[in-house]
Amino acid sequence: MSTSRLASGGRIDRERPITMSFDGRPLLGFAGDTVASALLARGERVVARSFKYHRPRGILAAGVEEPNALLTLGRGATQEPNLQATVLELQPELEARTQNAWPSVRLDLMSLNSLFSPLLSAGFYYKTFMGPTRRAWMFYEHFIRRAAGLGVASIEPDPSRYDWQHDFVDVLVVGSGPAGLAAALAAARTGAEVMLVEQDFEPGGSLLAQPGDGAQGAWLAAMLGELSGSPNVRLLTRATAFGLYDGNTMGVLQRTAPGLADAEHGVPRQRLRVVRAAAVLLACGAIERPLVFAGNDRPGVMLSSAVASYVNRFAVLAGRRAVFATSNDASYGDAIALASAGAEVLLVDARAEARPELLAAAQRAGVEVRLASTVSQTRGWQSISSCQLVPFDLASGCITGPGNWQAVDLLGMSGGWTPTVHLSSHRGVKPIYRSDIACFVPGAMDRNQFGAGAMMGTQTLGEAIADGWRQGLLAAAASGKASSNVNADQAGGDCPAPPEQEFGSTAFAALPPAGPRFRRGSGKAFLDFQNDVTTDDVDLAHREGYESVEHLKRYTTLGMGTDQGKTSNLSGLAQMAERRGVEIPDVGSTTFRPPFTPVTIGALAGRNFGAHLQPVRRTSMHDWHLAHGGQMMEAGLWMRPLWYDSHGADLANAYRAEMDHVREQVGIADVSTLGKIDVQGPDAAEFLNRVYVNGYAKLAVGKARYGFMLREDGMVLDDGTTSRIGEFEYFMTTTTAQAARVMSHLEFLLQVVWPDLRVTVASVSDQWAAMSVAGPRSRELLQAAFPEVDFSSEAIPHMGLAHGTLGGELDGVRIRVIRLTFSGELAYEVYTGTHHGRAIWGHLFAVGKAFDLQPYGLEALGSLRIEKGHVVGSEMDGRTTLEDMGQGRMASKIKPFWGDALRRREELMREDRATLVGLEAVNEAEAPNNGAILFFVEDEIKGHGRGHITSTTYSKSMGKAIGLGLLQGGLAHVGKEVVAASPVHGRQYRLRVVSPLFLDAEGERYRG
Amino acid sequence: MLRINCPFCGVRDHEEFGYFGDASKVYPALDAEQRDAWFEAVFMRENPRGAHREFWQHVGGCRRWLVLERDTLSHDIAAVHVARERPLP
Repeated sequence: MSTSRLASGGRIDRERPITMSFDGRPLLGFAGDTVASALLARGERVVARSFKYHRPRGILAAGVEEPNALLTLGRGATQEPNLQATVLELQPELEARTQNAWPSVRLDLMSLNSLFSPLLSAGFYYKTFMGPTRRAWMFYEHFIRRAAGLGVASIEPDPSRYDWQHDFVDVLVVGSGPAGLAAALAAARTGAEVMLVEQDFEPGGSLLAQPGDGAQGAWLAAMLGELSGSPNVRLLTRATAFGLYDGNTMGVLQRTAPGLADAEHGVPRQRLRVVRAAAVLLACGAIERPLVFAGNDRPGVMLSSAVASYVNRFAVLAGRRAVFATSNDASYGDAIALASAGAEVLLVDARAEARPELLAAAQRAGVEVRLASTVSQTRGWQSISSCQLVPFDLASGCITGPGNWQAVDLLGMSGGWTPTVHLSSHRGVKPIYRSDIACFVPGAMDRNQFGAGAMMGTQTLGEAIADGWRQGLLAAAASGKASSNVNADQAGGDCPAPPEQEFGSTAFAALPPAGPRFRRGSGKAFLDFQNDVTTDDVDLAHREGYESVEHLKRYTTLGMGTDQGKTSNLSGLAQMAERRGVEIPDVGSTTFRPPFTPVTIGALAGRNFGAHLQPVRRTSMHDWHLAHGGQMMEAGLWMRPLWYDSHGADLANAYRAEMDHVREQVGIADVSTLGKIDVQGPDAAEFLNRVYVNGYAKLAVGKARYGFMLREDGMVLDDGTTSRIGEFEYFMTTTTAQAARVMSHLEFLLQVVWPDLRVTVASVSDQWAAMSVAGPRSRELLQAAFPEVDFSSEAIPHMGLAHGTLGGELDGVRIRVIRLTFSGELAYEVYTGTHHGRAIWGHLFAVGKAFDLQPYGLEALGSLRIEKGHVVGSEMDGRTTLEDMGQGRMASKIKPFWGDALRRREELMREDRATLVGLEAVNEAEAPNNGAILFFVEDEIKGHGRGHITSTTYSKSMGKAIGLGLLQGGLAHVGKEVVAASPVHGRQYRLRVVSPLFLDAEGERYRG
Repeated sequence: MLRINCPFCGVRDHEEFGYFGDASKVYPALDAEQRDAWFEAVFMRENPRGAHREFWQHVGGCRRWLVLERDTLSHDIAAVHVARERPLP
């Protein structure tokens, strides 16, 4: 089916052919293929265009470090951009396409950018388009971002399902390479609960790049066999440990195997697993670095190990005439693998000497080796056709003679290996530079965190396995869960024998990629492939003074992007170190932060979206509201009717009609959302006396009192009414919004500040339904509805309390009535058990027919209170004092209370603080709006003004638009005009300052 | 991602708890004319790198106020006290 697929071998399942769609054409392969291996099998070279210059790019790697081959998957709602072809499993019915190119990756017209490349250096866009005015950048940015970029995310809601799962384990092992497998088995044999996570869809790590039928393949199979047979081991594949957090908590993103995700049946597409481990063992391996030479980004130039991975794992020959350029031993194995599969292979080793075993093995496999040589540049249209080989002196970093051109279709390069220290860095463990192996390894790890294998700098397979075994035992011991008493001395004894290696060591140490080698060849030499950062950019950063690693990164974008510089960071550091004449560690290492590889927002959200984002609280009258045209809104977490459409077609008409009805007849509002707290105990009176600014010690049983409470800093916390039910029992109500906060506040005072007070508090917000019956006919109505209770003024005066047990159809239902008013009308709050709320509400409407009882919503409730100058959260916004609310006289002078000391700070007592005033429209057409800034008439309209408008409504009683506001000097300005400015609305208008008590200042309406 | 060993509920995720800051302060008596002492207790805060004593409330559990001895650098929790039994500085 394709020219590059080998007839046999590999870990693909040839019995299961798969066809997917790639750029609208079928792409054939087998189960076990990645999109990248299928593309290489078909002989595809150009699979992407680069970020800035739109240069043709091919597949560089065989894993998560891939910077080039980014694809977009799916369409519409499920479209997902920037997925690595090297990671993406080949799966049927999958539609992948190339991105960042127009019209296609083969012929990309935007590659014209390359012609201007001398201009497009680091910082070019900002330098050119930011000046002379910011406006220029605002204009150009859109076009620049279109031309330079990655794929495009869907803006439609994601229909897929995601889940969260919490796991608890003794030992979490990250990585299933040789070290990880040995560690997991060592820990498992002690009896510890082990979880082994592998990001690939197949476990094995670097062993997958080895021949499956060799000794190493057999060892892998044996290890996996024992692990999968151990009941205390969980092996997760397609599971990326993306972040290590406090308390040994690992974020693991687990992808569902292709074809199994099913939103309809609840199988999530991805699962975010929060794994809490007693001990964490990192065996994350190492990532190979590219060499830096001119044209090192040309398609057909690959990482050395990736070439072997494609041969041995995927049975794909990435090229037939290949050169390997290296300075380490590991590439010999890669070259031999390719040669054994039938390619013509030349290996150039920058070192002057290589071990005889290596040379002999190469010779046996037909690999020609040239020592003291390297590659200096490449040529080719779209993909590589030849490369220049030059004699090279590694010690001086100099080319020592003329080069010759070699025709090739594949170049495997190795600039050494970089340990994957990301996860340890997440915990703030600084990497330490080891010059002997030219790489950063993790420094001292946190307690109960361990590292093993190539990530820690081990050089050979045997070392990695031995290290993994030892660290696995240590981790098991540290977890405290190992059933047998283990210690490090036992390490090695039971270690499964590592496979024999064909030719000695595969040490991957490389000399640092510093020195003049950064100027090899002519043309662009890339450090960061994904962000198109070249050696010239680093030089420019150096010349312009961006020398520290963090500046270098931000100025050149080196190490940014979806791959976060997995292949590029060290080369960039090395070049900067060389230019500055310092050692690599002196330039520093950037701080790695989670996630290791990109995590979809859907997985982070899990089920917490839509209706699951937060709970919805419904009162017991909820269904009644819906059935009677209640237009619901969310207030806090509660659903409350804002208005009822039975009163008018729109909000403005409805709330005015509802208000009128309350002022003239009788209305009822659902106030079940109020916070309600039972306060009980012998010291309850003393407690309330300390909590409220006003006195509660002498509140008689059967009476209610309205009061304010303050925060410790003297600002108003909340207001509400507390009734004395019995000698040692009180019933407190709070505002809806502050219910939880007040509850915590009371608990704090009782548990921390005054533990000697014999008082308990309990939240009973959910236990009581509440309704406010307000209007001139409220008493009549209630008396008719509840003949068991005496509603006469003598029996229940203003701020009085009554109880009743009902008869008739409501036999046995108990109600609690508090006569108090928010609207300024004669009004009662009727409380009953939540389960009876709906029945009592219905009963009131049944009896209320004769009284023309009408419901009123939140908007009318708010408007009624504005007419009475009652404050709510808009006024008690956390920055206002009791005086600011015009309630200073309420504060007791004879008893101390919480917040009293600091409320009298000098700044808070200033005469010119903004305090509560009423405001009314001067011109009928110019109604005040919330948030407008207030100025004195003589002021320039600029800055923060003299205060602001907090609440507004239309008052039918006054025949005009009114509002409340906070104004410097407050009531001293009554009668004067002020200017309100609302810059966001482009409005400016005049208002008159009046008393906030617009209606019935004497209180005749509610006292009667 | 802290796990807090609530004396009443056992080891629970920190998401169940509310954090309320420095617990090393002692509030002056309400009736004393001690504006400065109140100012000190309410506003003045150390911002230590290392050991810190702080209030948490098990809001989504037993609702007890607790005092944690937590290391601000490592996030290790050395001790959890019931607030009313906390050792005072």
